[in-house]
This record gives sequence, C-alpha cells and structure tokens, in this order.
Amino acid sequence: METLTKMSRCLLRQTVISRQCRWFLQRSSYSVVAGSAGHTLSVRKKVDQLRDKALQGGGVKRIGKQHEKGKLTARERIHLVMDPDSFIEYDMFLEHNCTDFGMEKEKYPGDSVVTGRGTINGRTCFIFSQDFTVFGGSLSGAHAKKVCKVMDQAMLVGAPVIGLNDSGGARIQEGVESLAGYADIFQRNVNASGVIPQISLIMGPCAGGAVYSPALTDFTFMVKDTSYLFITGPDVVKSVTGEEVTQEELGGAKTHTSVSGVAHCAFENDVDALLQLREFFNYLPLSNADQAPVRECNEPWDKDVPGLDTVIPLETTTAYDIKDVILGIADDAQFFEIMPSYAKNIVVGFARMNGQTVGMVGNQPKVAAGCLDINASVKGARFVRFCDSFNIPVITFVDVPGFLPGTSQEYGGIIRHGAKLLYAYAEATVPKITVITRKAYGGAYDVMSSKHLRGDTNYAWPTAEVAVMGAKGAVSIIFRGKDQEKNEAEYVEKFANPFPAAVRGFVDDIIEPRTTRRRICQDLKVLANKKLSNPWKKHANMPL
Amino acid sequence: MAASISFRLSKSKGLLSIAASSRTFGCQFSWRHFNRTFSTRTTLQSQDLYWNDRSDPNEKTFDKILIANRGEIACRVIKTCKRLGIKTVAIHSDVDSRSVHTLMADEAVNVGPAPTNQSYLNMDVILQAIKETGAQAVHPGYGFLSENTVFAAKLADIGVEFIGPSSGSIHAMGDKIESKRIATKAGVNMIPGHDGEVDDADACVKYANEIGYPVMVKASAGGGGKGMRIAWNDQEARDAFRLSKQEAASSFGDDRMLIEKFIDNPRHIEVQVLCDKHGNALWLNERECSIQRRNQKVIEEAPSTFIDPDMRRAMGEQATQLATAVGYTSAGTVEFLVDSKKNFYFLEMNTRLQVEHPITECITGIDLVHQMIRSAKGHKLLHQQSDIPIDGWAFECRVYAEDPYKNFGMPSIGRLTKYIEPTHIDKVRCDSGIKEGSEISVYYDAMICKLVTYGKTRQEALDVMVNALDSYVIKGVTHNVPLLRDICTEESFVAGDITTDYLPNIYPDGFTGKQLSASENNNLAAIATIIYIRDQILSRNFLNQTRMPASSDLPTVWSLSVQIDGRSVPVSASCGGGYVTVECNGQKMSILDSLDFSAPLLEVFIDGQPTLLQLTQRLGAGKYRLRYLGTVFPVTVMDEFASEMMKYMPERVPEDLPTMVTAPMPGVIKSIAVEVGQQIGEGQEVCVLEAMKMQNSLVAGVTGKVKKIFFQQGATVDEGDLIIELEEEEAKK
Repeated sequence: METLTKMSRCLLRQTVISRQCRWFLQRSSYSVVAGSAGHTLSVRKKVDQLRDKALQGGGVKRIGKQHEKGKLTARERIHLVMDPDSFIEYDMFLEHNCTDFGMEKEKYPGDSVVTGRGTINGRTCFIFSQDFTVFGGSLSGAHAKKVCKVMDQAMLVGAPVIGLNDSGGARIQEGVESLAGYADIFQRNVNASGVIPQISLIMGPCAGGAVYSPALTDFTFMVKDTSYLFITGPDVVKSVTGEEVTQEELGGAKTHTSVSGVAHCAFENDVDALLQLREFFNYLPLSNADQAPVRECNEPWDKDVPGLDTVIPLETTTAYDIKDVILGIADDAQFFEIMPSYAKNIVVGFARMNGQTVGMVGNQPKVAAGCLDINASVKGARFVRFCDSFNIPVITFVDVPGFLPGTSQEYGGIIRHGAKLLYAYAEATVPKITVITRKAYGGAYDVMSSKHLRGDTNYAWPTAEVAVMGAKGAVSIIFRGKDQEKNEAEYVEKFANPFPAAVRGFVDDIIEPRTTRRRICQDLKVLANKKLSNPWKKHANMPL
Repeated sequence: MAASISFRLSKSKGLLSIAASSRTFGCQFSWRHFNRTFSTRTTLQSQDLYWNDRSDPNEKTFDKILIANRGEIACRVIKTCKRLGIKTVAIHSDVDSRSVHTLMADEAVNVGPAPTNQSYLNMDVILQAIKETGAQAVHPGYGFLSENTVFAAKLADIGVEFIGPSSGSIHAMGDKIESKRIATKAGVNMIPGHDGEVDDADACVKYANEIGYPVMVKASAGGGGKGMRIAWNDQEARDAFRLSKQEAASSFGDDRMLIEKFIDNPRHIEVQVLCDKHGNALWLNERECSIQRRNQKVIEEAPSTFIDPDMRRAMGEQATQLATAVGYTSAGTVEFLVDSKKNFYFLEMNTRLQVEHPITECITGIDLVHQMIRSAKGHKLLHQQSDIPIDGWAFECRVYAEDPYKNFGMPSIGRLTKYIEPTHIDKVRCDSGIKEGSEISVYYDAMICKLVTYGKTRQEALDVMVNALDSYVIKGVTHNVPLLRDICTEESFVAGDITTDYLPNIYPDGFTGKQLSASENNNLAAIATIIYIRDQILSRNFLNQTRMPASSDLPTVWSLSVQIDGRSVPVSASCGGGYVTVECNGQKMSILDSLDFSAPLLEVFIDGQPTLLQLTQRLGAGKYRLRYLGTVFPVTVMDEFASEMMKYMPERVPEDLPTMVTAPMPGVIKSIAVEVGQQIGEGQEVCVLEAMKMQNSLVAGVTGKVKKIFFQQGATVDEGDLIIELEEEEAKK
C-alpha cells in the first residue's frame, strides 16, 4: 500500500490536491444544507473511493508480484513515457459487464487497461497500457472498448497511439465478446495505418490473437527477458508438434528481433524501453497530415566530413561499415536504428539532417557483402513505406552486389519479396535522395532508389561502380571466357566507375564523400516543396 | 662548466637567417627557474620551433631524399625537407596509398603489400624506387631498415647517402657484447658484470658472487624482456641461467648469456648525441624515459628532474666519447640506467633517430633531422657544446591505439571516425602520420601521435600536457589517453619521483581509470545534469509542429538522479539568469548555461572554473558517455520517478565466464597449446594471439578440461571472439 500511495502521489498529485480542497469545502457546507448535501457527499465519496480503487489496479499484492517480475505497473509505465503531469485518463470508471462464472462479483473500476492521452516532449499522444494486475491484463469487451475509444480519438485529431502490451490474452469468461473486442481493435489498427503512427511496446506476455494488434502497428518494440510474443505457447507447441521449446526461445525479444523479424528493437528493461520510446517518438510526425518534425539543430548543416573520404577501402572487395557513413552525415551522429539485429545486410533507421527527421536506408557491406535477400528486402520495404506514409524523406546509400542467389532464396520467393522493396521505392513520393557509395550492380541497382524509380537526387561517390554485374561474370558471358584477363581489364576500365551512369544522367553528380552532408541538406531544403502524387486508386496491390 | 652553464646566444649569431631578435638566454642553471624568453614564439611554426638550428645558407644539400619509412616519422622528415626545399619521395604499401605521409611527399612509390616484410622491409624494391626516383639520399626514420647494416652498405654501393651512421658503427653498437667492449674502452661507466659470455651455471654463480647479488642474467641477443632473469642467491642464479638460456635459444636462436649487476629503483635516462663526419661530437642533454610498460616507453621528458649539471656533463661526455670511439657521424642515443644513488651505467646505443627526439628539439631548438641531413652531406656541425642550451622543459606522451585497462595497453584497431589534434593550444607539438578517417591497422605500429608540450618550467609543460590531453578528440579506436592523463596528474610523477617500475608500483592492480575524488564526482554529476537538461530542452524544440501546437514549457527546477559508475546521487538543479545552479551531496555549483552538443569539446564553467570534457556518446534515455579527466565515464541521468522505478528493474549480469577464453583484441592465432579434452590448470597458457607484432599469451581462467576449440592456428579473430571453451572441474562433478 505504501508503494501504491507513493506512486499515486506522484502520478496524480494535482487530482489529490484538488480533492482535498473539495473535502474541505464539503465539510464546511455540510451543516448548512442537510438532505441533498448528504447525497452529494456520498456520491463524491464514492467517486473518490472508486478513483482510489482504480489507481490500485489489481491491488497491492498483485502489484508486488508485478514488481518482483521486474515489471512496472500500467500506470507507472504511463508516467514514465509521458511528460510529468500531462496524462489525462479516460474511462477510469468503466467496468466489465460479464456475469458468467461469478465475474459479476469481481469488478475493478477501469478494468484491465489504463487509457488516456498525454504529451511526450510537449506533443500529444494517445496511449493504452494493459494492466496485468487485473485479471492478468486479459482483454474483455470493456477493455477493448476503452482501447477503441482512444484509437478513435487519436484518429479524430491526428495523433499517434502507443500501446503498452502486458496481457495474458482473451478474457475467456466473456467468450466471443472478447474476440469481438480484438477484432474491433484490429479494424481500428488497419484504419489508422498510414494515418497516424502506431507503436506497440510489448512489456509482458502477448499471445494468441492478441499478437495481431502489434503486428498491424507500425513498430513493435520488446523488453528483454520479460516480454513474449507468440501465437501458441510452448505447451501447445509440445502437444501439437512434440517440439520442446522455452518461452524465451519461442517468442522472446531475442527471437523476434533477430530471427523472425516480428519486433523492431529490444530494450534492456521497462524503464529503458519507455525512456527510449520517448526518444523514438520525437522522430515521428503526429499524423500523415504533418511534415516530418524539424528540431533545433546545432550541428552546422554544411560541415565537411573529411573522415568519409576514406570510408571506402581501397580494395573493392574489402568490407566497411555503412553505419560509419550514416553516423558521419547525421546530425550529432545520432541514429535510431530499426531492426538492428535482423537482416543485418541492410541498415534502416531514423536520423536527422539539419534538424529534420529522415529515414536512412543503406546496404551493409559488412554483412553478406550487403546483398539483398528475402529478409533484407522485406525489412527495407516496410521501412520505406512507413517513411512514405508519414512524409519522412528517404536517404539511401547504395553498395549492393545484387540479389543473393541460391535455391533457398528462390524457393523462399526472393522474386516476390524482392519486388516489395522495388515496389516501396517506386511508390514513394517523399523526397528520395540516393548516394551510390560503391557497387550498384544489376537489378539491385534499379531497386535501390535509382533515378528510374523517381529518385529526386542521385549522387555517386568517385568509388561508385554501376554495372549489370562484376567484371568476372560479365566477361565470362560476353566473351565466353576468352582472354578473360584482358577482357576483364577492359570491362573494369569501362564500367567500374561512375561515368557510364553519370553521362546518361542516371546520377546527377559525382560528389566528394566529405561534401555529402552539405549536399543532402541543400537538397532536402529544395525538396521540402516537392509535389508528386500517384494515380488515383482504391489502394495499390503490392506483391505480398 | 655545467655547474652553472651560462651562455649567451642570439639568433644573429646563428647562421640561419631568421628575423634577428635579441633572444638572450641568461641561465644560471637552477633547473626549475629557467628563464625562457618567448618573445617571438607565439605559435608553433617550424622555423620558430628550431630557433637554435644552424646551417650555412650557401652550403649544398641533397636535391631529393627518399624516406624509407611510414607514419609520423616519415611525415616528420618530410616536414624538415620541405622547409629546406629538398624534394621528397615517400614509399608506401598498398594499404598506405592514401596515408598522410604518402600524400605529403612530392613523389610516392608503392613498394608492395601491407605486411612489412613485403613492403617497408623489402630492400630490393626500395632500392629500385631509389634508382627510379633519383633520390640522392635515404632517411630511414626509426625501426624498419634504420639499423640494418646490409641496407646501409647496399646504399653505399649505388652511391646513395644513408642519412644515419656508417654501417660500421651500426654494427658495432648493434651487438650487446661488442658494444660493451667498445664502451668500456671508451671510458663509459659499465654495469658491474662479467665481460663476456657466461659458459655454464657454475660460472654464472661464480661471476654472480664476484659482482654481488642481486644480479641479472640475460641473453646477449635479448630484448623486450625475454631471456632475462633476476637472481638474489646462488640457487636462483643457477635457475636463471638455465631458463634464460633455453628461452634465448628458442626466441632468438642465439643462446649466448651475459651476467651483470641488477640495478635497484632504476631510471632509464638517455643522452642524445649529434656527430659529423669531421670528428665533432655534441651531447644534446638527456631524456628521462622511465615511464615504461613492458619495456616500451610511454611518457618521456627532457631534461630529467634527477640529474644535476655535473652528472649531466659526465653522462654527456661519456656518451660523446663512445660516439667518437665508434666513429659515429649522425644523431644517436646512448641509453643509461641510473640507480637511486645517481650512479649511471651504460645500457646500449641506438644508432638512429629516436622516437622521442622532439623533446630534445624543444629544449635545444635544434632540428635533429636537418643536422642529420647536413652531416650526411658532409657538412660540419656549426654548434659548439656551449651552444646547446636547456631551454625550458618538454614532455612527450605517446598516444597509442590501445586499451590502457588491459595490461597498461593492449593494441586496438579501427578507423578514426573523429580526430582533432590539440594543436590550437600554444606550446603543443603533434607529430603524427594520421588524420580523421585514417585506419589503424593490424599491420603496423599502433601509435596515433606523439603529443609534445613544453614550457618554461616543468609544471608549465605538464599543465599544457594535461590541457592538450583533455582537448584531444579521438573517436573510432580505443586509446590510452585515460592512462596518460592520469599519470600527468599523479602525485609522484608530478614530483618527478619515478623509476622504470612506475606503472606496476602506482597501479598494482592495473590501470582502472581515473579515481574520482568526492568533489570531482560532484562536478561530474553537475556536468551530467546540465547536459541532461540541455538534452531535454533540445528534445522539445520543434520548429514546425504547428497543426497541433506542441508545448515547449519545461520546468526551471529539476530533481534528478545521476548515476556514475553504478552509484546514484540525487541532484537538484535550477535554471535562471544564464546559469544552472546544481546541488549535489551538499555541494552547490553554479554553471554557465552554454552547452553546444555538436562541439567536439565542451568547456563547462563550474563556479567560474573552466573544465574541459568530451561528450563521447549520447545513448538516449539519459545515458551518456563523458570523457572527464581523461577517463570515459558511463553516466545515466534520470528524473526522480524513473530513478525510483529502477529499483524494480532486474540486474543484468554480463556474461563474464572464466570458462571462455576470448580474444582481447583482433589478431592472428599464433599457436594453440592445448587439445580438446586436455586437463589444464588455472593460469595455464592455452594459446598465443599475435596482434600488431606483439604476442599475447591467453591463459585459462579456471582449472578444468578443454571443451571446444573454435579456431585453428593461423586464423584471424576479432575482439571478443570465443577461441577456447573450457569445462570447469566442479561443474563436472
């Protein structure tokens, strides 16, 4: 109880103060008017009682248990992610209406979710935070109603929704009511998709049908060790397939950030996750009607970055880290990477250029030579589409030897998945700036935000090589291996440089690496007024 | 004479015609009160730096010099050549094609692939380059071919001048026994010992008793601490002989053994000599090089606090006697070991330009490279011994790409993503061969820069050094600035009370970073606080959020918690009037609110006192990495509520298992000493990792069995790679 009061004291300092004032007023007026005042008093008392109860969630004991697991309560989490004193709660008195299995005797004001709105660094945001201490955070009809309400509100005004997931699943006692609730949320997730940013932070279990709400949102983040996402848990897996697997292996943060690609990032613990979420939120516009946010920037927009001149190794086969390039040009070397442990052969994430949020995409020569494979294509495509939805310019760094060959890729459908990235770039109407740092070979050259896909500005570094393929392969086809060495030399002379692309206008300029930041910042300024739209359509049919 | 060296020297006397100034050195030699006149010396320019350099404007010099080296020393030589109008040729390996020295020279010749034995040591290719470019002389720098008699001889064959001593003197001084004989003859103080080889263990004991214990038994061909042992009694002398001989045989293929007196509290002090082909020999004072780790110098200074004028003259005269005895004709260094009673003994002579030569240049005003070139051309030295002053004090810190927390320095590699030398500070000289974007690779020495500072007094030079180290921006590689910075403010170092055992004596458990005092800790907390507040303000400063106006209101009073190195302290701060007032542990500090995150260097004024620091990383969520007093501290700033909530967060235990033998740095596995299933004891060597020409023995952390070996001999490993997994004995039971 002590921790509770401490927490609520912090959280609702203002409410508590005003309530005390009210009590003082009540007491002084009590003796004056009897009858109706007594009624008013009892209602007010009940309001206070219910409010207190709502603040306690599932009670002291369950809160203690939650803490023991290294997890915070729904309200503590909201308090961490929102600006102090900015949270305004909705539906604190809403209760479930289930009467089966004795549920009518167990009611908690607010039920198993806390919803409302607040500000993050001064900008409005809607939030729902599932309360594991009430019925294990299970989703009742009432729970869903509350979530739907904030989502509707968010859509109405154009502000992002953050979901903090910590729920055992459906409220089984409510049967189909609960399932209907999920579907209501799903529908709203889909309607909101591309209109307002939706972020899910998984902070406990999230299993069964529940997983599809995070899956429909733009970003799914997880907390290491304490969060799980799966369709069916280890017990069901064992009974159905005989596989023995732990929760962590099946659906832990590591699995989803490095193997399945379901989650976009994992954080150390609740506090870290929520504070990082605040940082992340700052990169996003509030809705698709807003421009990408521009923040005050101290770093000179036109500074030279001499270190970039030597990023590309002398040997064209030697790897380097594309993040050196990204960190080199981004404001204050700040880069919020999305999916840092998944499909590492492509790097995506948010940064700022002269204060404005941009999406960075880069082939990563350090991993699998930076080739495009199924996972990299899907990762890149989803990111580019998010940026395009929310008016965030996309800056692409190209060093790609091509699509990864092999049966596993072909059988896995690299044609279909590779097409997604192509589709995403071709469809995007936001400012697109491309820098070819080294290799841009074959179809992958076309895909990576080329001039042909309406790239607004396409640059090549002096080390760029734009060609159908590398010298060895090309010569063996053109000359059938005759005079391999001599012909290879000729091919290298002709194609292993930026000129073939430059003389055709496929790159706008060959720039010194050190000037890249300045050039991009200048372009972004000009492209801020870019107007480009796609033909009217009900919606596009991207190759899913 | 040296007891009170008093000389008058004016620039007009020197033949180098620079703006005539009446620079007068009236120095009654009490070392700490040396009066240096800095009238014209506001910025460090080469001419100004070498104010005491001399040459005849009409004398002939070489038209073109090839520098058979790389990195900072190549750049150093090129700089002097440029000043003298001599054309330069650089040689470089493939990976050095865009290195500073390659770009700096007038011409550059690629001499082969990265490994030194195929490039910088590849004599045939280098000789070819000399012929092709028509270079008339070769400066070898240090290392590589600088003390290679064959190379010197081959140059002589094709009529190209070797800027260094004759191959005869290189040879004479290169062999320990030979050099000792010559030195003894020349009247140089020798470490009491047996003159010649020790044949067997009995002889070893006999000589040891003649000399008196403790004694040092060492290999004739030895170096780098190998084949070297100290004995305190007969039994130890026997063992030392046997073990050192074995080691010498396997390490050097030469098992000849020597025996000598072991010196207590030794200092390593060396004398710079400069000679010409006309029999002139000068001593350019001493350099104190006692701060060493594994026999490699870390910090050097000139002059030494330990040496008085008489001793200086005695050492200098012995050094020049030796140089004369071997017909020395260039710049060289005679190394001495000095004991606590100011006895000095000859160690060896280095027949090349030393790494640490800049500090001698700083206090004497002489361009050693220029004089080497003059001497090679056959010119006479234009200085008399009395023209060699000690003008002020100079320090050199060797800034290395290495991790000082591991064994005082384990090499690291990487690309310098951000690199700013503190040359904007007065009285700082940076000799380096790299720039922002350069790669520190496994192929060559991991030195980043020789950071040299000077001043009228030792303390002034030291203060400049501390300031320079704090202002030095190096990102992308791990570097040893934290250690250098700590030594420069360490009590006994500041007092000049040092020996060659300084590091293990001062840091018996190894270097663990700057240990903050209570007030320093408060300062750091206060700095972290204002950084956090600035970050918060920046986070709200949106310029285009107009549709739904964002609130940029922030509190002016903050209650925060700052965590430094895992310990939290509550901090309160209030902003107003351009100042942030921070209270921490009862200490109230007023800080000027003027932070610019984008600046590589932050200058914070705490109660008006300037403090330099670097924000090396902003990790988000209130986490920063701050370089303060040299050491990078991980700092976390949170508001009260978040800090309160941290108590519920489970502590994550980093995977630090003694059963895992991981690579402490990137390198090549030289050998693996164990097999799978083999029983091993704690501390037993399991494999040897070679990185940057250094062999590092990796040992087992537990007693147990080898479970799995992940790499083969010759494999390349990255830092942190698991090489061998062990199975602990208890775990098995």
